[in-house]
Amino acid sequence: MVKLAVTGAHYGLRDWLVQRITAAVMAVYLVLLATILIASPPHDYAAWRMLFSGQWFRIASFLFFVSLFWHAWIGMRNILMDYIHSTGTRLLMQILVILALLFYAVWSVDILWR
Amino acid sequence: MQRKRPKYLNLVKIKQPLGAVVSMLHRISGVLLFFPGIPILLCSLQTAMDSPQSYIEFKSFLATPLIKGSLILAMWFFLHHFCAGIRHLAMDLHYGVTLEQSRMSGKLVLVMGILLTILIGVKLW
Repeated sequence: MVKLAVTGAHYGLRDWLVQRITAAVMAVYLVLLATILIASPPHDYAAWRMLFSGQWFRIASFLFFVSLFWHAWIGMRNILMDYIHSTGTRLLMQILVILALLFYAVWSVDILWR
Repeated sequence: MQRKRPKYLNLVKIKQPLGAVVSMLHRISGVLLFFPGIPILLCSLQTAMDSPQSYIEFKSFLATPLIKGSLILAMWFFLHHFCAGIRHLAMDLHYGVTLEQSRMSGKLVLVMGILLTILIGVKLW
């Protein structure tokens, strides 16, 4: 009997799971942020800076950004695979997306820890 | 008469089912949140954090009607993406997977996206 193995690149399930985990992380962060902003809206620059001065808040925000960029990568990659059929163009666009997201990641650290 | 196969549907001409509309908006809003969404978000955050002057400049920039309007539109993209994402997560956990329920939740996503946008929009304006 021939055993048919359905094989693939094997990253499909991992991407699927990561897309959902990052979504959940972002949702929790945003609900918490919204709660803070509604409970005590920062009215001036000092209050605004104060909010971001706590180390835990910076780390939570960084976690949000990492989730956002990872989530964006999986989404953009899926969309590019669906609609850009020329391998060269798709590769180029995927590289541009990765470079942009890496750039954003460094930038977000710079903003949060300045 | 032999029918021509395969048959390609003109996506623009056929009436899309509700689930398809929700799904397409999820994709389109996702792309827009990636670009220009993320760079605008980071730019705004940087300007608001930089100095007291840039904070005030940023605040008065946000006060212009055109910017406020664009922000509310962006808010709708985000909120639709958010609600449609929650619907996906619920379905992954086997909530609301029947046709009836998924039609209902699809409608709910569209309505909630718009409703929350209006609520936040009124608050911001």
